[in-house]
Amino acid sequence: MSERRRRVALLVLLGVVLAGAPAPSRAQTSDRTTSDAASPVDPFAGLTSPHFEAIAAAVGRLGAEGAPQAQAVLRALSAHHLFVAEDGGLYVREGESWTDARTGAPVASAPAGARMVRENNRVRGALAQAMAGQALLGGDAAARRDAAVRLADHPDPAMLPVVERALATPHEAGLDVPLQRARAAMLLSPGAPTTGEQAQSAAVRVLRDAGGLDARAVLARFAADEAAPAEARKAARRAIVTIDRRIRLWNLGQQVFYGLSLGSVLLLAAMGLAITFGVMGIINMAHGELVMLGAYTTYLTQKTLTAVAPGLAAFSLPLAVPVAFLVCGAAGMLIERGLIRFLYGRPLETLLATWGLSLVLQQAVRSLFGPTNVAVATPGWLAGSFQLGGLTITLDRFAIMLFAGAVMGAVLLVLRRTALGLQMRAVTQNRRMAALMGIRTARVDALTFGLGSGVAGLAGVAVSQIDNVSPNLGQGYIIDSFLVVVFGGVGNLWGTLAAAMTLGVGGKALEPLVGAVSGKILLLLLVILFIQRHPRGMFPLRGRGVES
Amino acid sequence: MSGEALLELRGVSVSFDGFRAINDLSLSLRQGEMRAIVGPNGAGKTTMMDIITGKTRPDTGVVRFAGHDLTKRDEAAIARLGIGRKFQKPTVFEALSVRDNLLLSLKGLRSPFALLFARETAEEAGRIDALLETTRLAPHARVQAGGLSHGQKQWLEIGMLLGQEPQLLLVDEPVAGMTDAETMATADLLRDINRTRSIVVVEHDMEFVRALGVGVTVLHEGSVLAEGALEAVSADPRVIDVYLGR
Amino acid sequence: MTGGFAFRGVVRTAAAVLAIAALLALGSLLPQSTPLSVSPFVVTLAGKYLAYAMLALAVDLVWGFVGILTLGHAAFFALGGYAMGMYLVREIGARGVYGNPDLPDFMVFLSWKALPWYWWGSDHFVVAAVLVLAVPGALAALFGWLAFRSRVGGVYLSIITQALTYALMLAFFQNGLGFGGNNGLTDFKDVLGFDLHRPGTRAALLMISALVLAGAMLATRALVGGRFGRLLIAVRDAESRTRFLGYRPDQVKLLVWVVSALIAAVGGALYVLQVGIINPGEFAPANSIESVIWVAVGGRGTLSGAVIGAVLVNLGKTLFTAWLPELWLYGLGALFIATTLFLPQGLMGLGRHLVRRRAEVTPEITRPAGDAA
Repeated sequence: MSERRRRVALLVLLGVVLAGAPAPSRAQTSDRTTSDAASPVDPFAGLTSPHFEAIAAAVGRLGAEGAPQAQAVLRALSAHHLFVAEDGGLYVREGESWTDARTGAPVASAPAGARMVRENNRVRGALAQAMAGQALLGGDAAARRDAAVRLADHPDPAMLPVVERALATPHEAGLDVPLQRARAAMLLSPGAPTTGEQAQSAAVRVLRDAGGLDARAVLARFAADEAAPAEARKAARRAIVTIDRRIRLWNLGQQVFYGLSLGSVLLLAAMGLAITFGVMGIINMAHGELVMLGAYTTYLTQKTLTAVAPGLAAFSLPLAVPVAFLVCGAAGMLIERGLIRFLYGRPLETLLATWGLSLVLQQAVRSLFGPTNVAVATPGWLAGSFQLGGLTITLDRFAIMLFAGAVMGAVLLVLRRTALGLQMRAVTQNRRMAALMGIRTARVDALTFGLGSGVAGLAGVAVSQIDNVSPNLGQGYIIDSFLVVVFGGVGNLWGTLAAAMTLGVGGKALEPLVGAVSGKILLLLLVILFIQRHPRGMFPLRGRGVES
Repeated sequence: MSGEALLELRGVSVSFDGFRAINDLSLSLRQGEMRAIVGPNGAGKTTMMDIITGKTRPDTGVVRFAGHDLTKRDEAAIARLGIGRKFQKPTVFEALSVRDNLLLSLKGLRSPFALLFARETAEEAGRIDALLETTRLAPHARVQAGGLSHGQKQWLEIGMLLGQEPQLLLVDEPVAGMTDAETMATADLLRDINRTRSIVVVEHDMEFVRALGVGVTVLHEGSVLAEGALEAVSADPRVIDVYLGR
Repeated sequence: MTGGFAFRGVVRTAAAVLAIAALLALGSLLPQSTPLSVSPFVVTLAGKYLAYAMLALAVDLVWGFVGILTLGHAAFFALGGYAMGMYLVREIGARGVYGNPDLPDFMVFLSWKALPWYWWGSDHFVVAAVLVLAVPGALAALFGWLAFRSRVGGVYLSIITQALTYALMLAFFQNGLGFGGNNGLTDFKDVLGFDLHRPGTRAALLMISALVLAGAMLATRALVGGRFGRLLIAVRDAESRTRFLGYRPDQVKLLVWVVSALIAAVGGALYVLQVGIINPGEFAPANSIESVIWVAVGGRGTLSGAVIGAVLVNLGKTLFTAWLPELWLYGLGALFIATTLFLPQGLMGLGRHLVRRRAEVTPEITRPAGDAA
């Protein structure tokens, strides 16, 4: 008899004794599931006990065996509506009205000396199990599914009859897999009825195919149980190997997802630079500060909307997208007209002047909003995550990936399919010829720079969801952004995409091996080495006119 | 060596992003020969120069100079072998004086460590003075090269080429932007240089080519279209076709 | 200036540096009551400025004369500083907080049992002095060799120099690297047995800094003033032309780059001796860029301008941050913008301009062709 079995038996015994109901047969047959349901014992007796162990045991039995009114009582208990009176009667209070819990009949007046049935963690655990059991038999489709999953993840052989009953009654197809999983897990858990090697091996196969850490834990415990049949234990060990391999694969996939999500942030931050630096050849060291302005614009939009129309606050993020684009685009055009145009053809001076501008912008934001982080809320619809196979996809990161893709598509569209894009390319390729053909090059310069800056603002909206919004925000992105653009090959948006994703996934791949910071350092050094060997990046433009 | 090929290109091809700039080009130059290369824009003249001087590596083909394989050497090594190049746009060191430009060009010291402690010798000063005479820049010796006229810069660059004492000079459009008188003087200068060195001249100006009085190679779409004396070549219907267009 | 050979100003500036340093050093030895007395605080500040002037000189050498806009020179400065800091930390010996005679405090704190191998010999000043030069020199040689051989230039080079110093900063922030992590190396007691807190030691260090700086100025002047200097200008303005003349600009650049890194490293060592602390913040990319603006303010490609710019800007920073700390970044930012827009040749250019006006000489000037980007 395993340690746990003994504990459970003792517990039940204790509960029964304390409840003052003699049930020797139950206490002796340590295997509760085989006890007959027609026991004359009051199924609710344990609930009146002042001891948590007894309450928990009673709850467990209610869940496994059921009783008239069981569901109502369990619900009342979890809602703190269950009371026990001096006379040992159980009552449910709904507002000011009372009902007898055992019968469901209303009582006229408040019972004398009623005290609430208390709960602790153990009771709450038993309650959740029991309610899952009840939900499995009586809930709607979603509740039944959740209940089945819960029972599979916390297998308790005591609940086996419930699962068997659910399997035996007609049920929807989606419920079958979790039910089979729950049943298999219960069969292999300590305290399960002896079912023979064949049934156990079948259960092992079910769990192996289900996979996951919970199934693995059940199998591991089973494999370690020397009382279990040798063949089934061997199958369990093999199943564990299979599950481990699958878990490693999913973990790898998860790392790749994190990497792609990091890459998307890099892509967003670098895309504006790919326009201003890649297409126009302007070294804008204040690019990071434009991202920062975008994040602060998001903050202000959210704050304003919350003040003006609190009901719409959840939509402040979509609203911030065009606002940030316009604000940062306008700021960019201002920068181009007011500063950069005087420095065309002098890239290194442009670098210094825009660095100076970045200092001014940082200090200005610091003066206006303070040096500390401002709080940008994540709307409810972006919180949480969903499962994709063994992957946990967090919604905010997923949204950023989609957003990065959308922005990239939009930028490509503007560059390739619009008159502005055509003029842009004409001006960058041959400024004088473009001017002779009637293109207002100064206007195109300003608009191009504005576009790049606006995209930086969009990056700011995304970054506000995953990073601290502070005056220093931009500094964290400028070096990475430049590396991404150069690494990918200047003037090549697809190269920028490839570089961002390479750096993102590469960084996440190195992280578990050497740690986050060392991974970042290693990646920086690798990119430096790469650029030194291939100065034109991964996807260089070749040709006679390219040099110098 | 005389009579043997000094420079030889055989089956040379190079392409940029799928565009074949040079297509199976073969060309050979004897020791002491001067050759004019003509051809419409985009014929591959400058790319050919780039290949000879090591700026561009050919995809296929053989490039040999005085027994050396040029495709395995970089620009500096090829320059040290004795090939000098004059660019289409005059390229001199504008922040330096005319004299310093010539000093830097003088054959000899090339290692940066040696230059650290080098002083100008009397022999070097004499060579510079001679070059100043040849290029008629003696009065401007102390002037910053950036302040010279366009023609003077062309001549300074030719002077720098001579300072290198190359066996072979590659000269890209030397008379572009020159007056007629300057053009004729340049032709004289090149003929004079040709007494001791081999020269390849790329030029559009037919008057200038006529004045040089040398053999002509016509390039078209990256390969040789015609070769021979100017009269014969200009009578070639294919050449007329290319130049007058279809 | 014509590409910069008339460097008479360098001798004058070096002499001025020596004279001012001597005045301050002597003044600090006078009793507090005398009118010419100088507070030790001012001596330390002056020492810091001179260390920064070394960094500026190093930046000017590569930016002003070979056109390499380095955004990572603070890395060499900081590495030199750390090499000296290692020695100074070992000099503390058993006088540290934990009283461990063999291990620096931060290693005791991390419960390390022995010195890492790369700290070997760091208790000897000579070894430290060699490391001050060898480590940054080797890094510069490796980095420069890779970069110049592949003809990485212009802004690309600027970006990867910045990435290099950024990577080093992240590395030095880590405790595991064995250089004190966040806090860096500090709490120094003495150097070669001289108490670092005594006014006499401080005055001597200031004088040594001034002498080293003056020496470096004269050495760089010799480097850029001769025939090699003409080649530098040629490489800066028309790199590919020098190649077709048979020179190898990558070798030229590498030589100057390494020399420049060494100057910066010595500056870093002097900095640590006088300021008394070195931490990973010194690697911050912002520091490197600031050193570029010192050069720009003083006048690029003049050597003197770098020294003058470094001292003036840092003096301004000291005063500003004491009086109006809020405004310092506005001031620095505006300085960057104004210098590039209105004062492309810096204060030295402005000075020459005024002198020429007075002499009514028509300037026959072509500015060195911008940047070889």
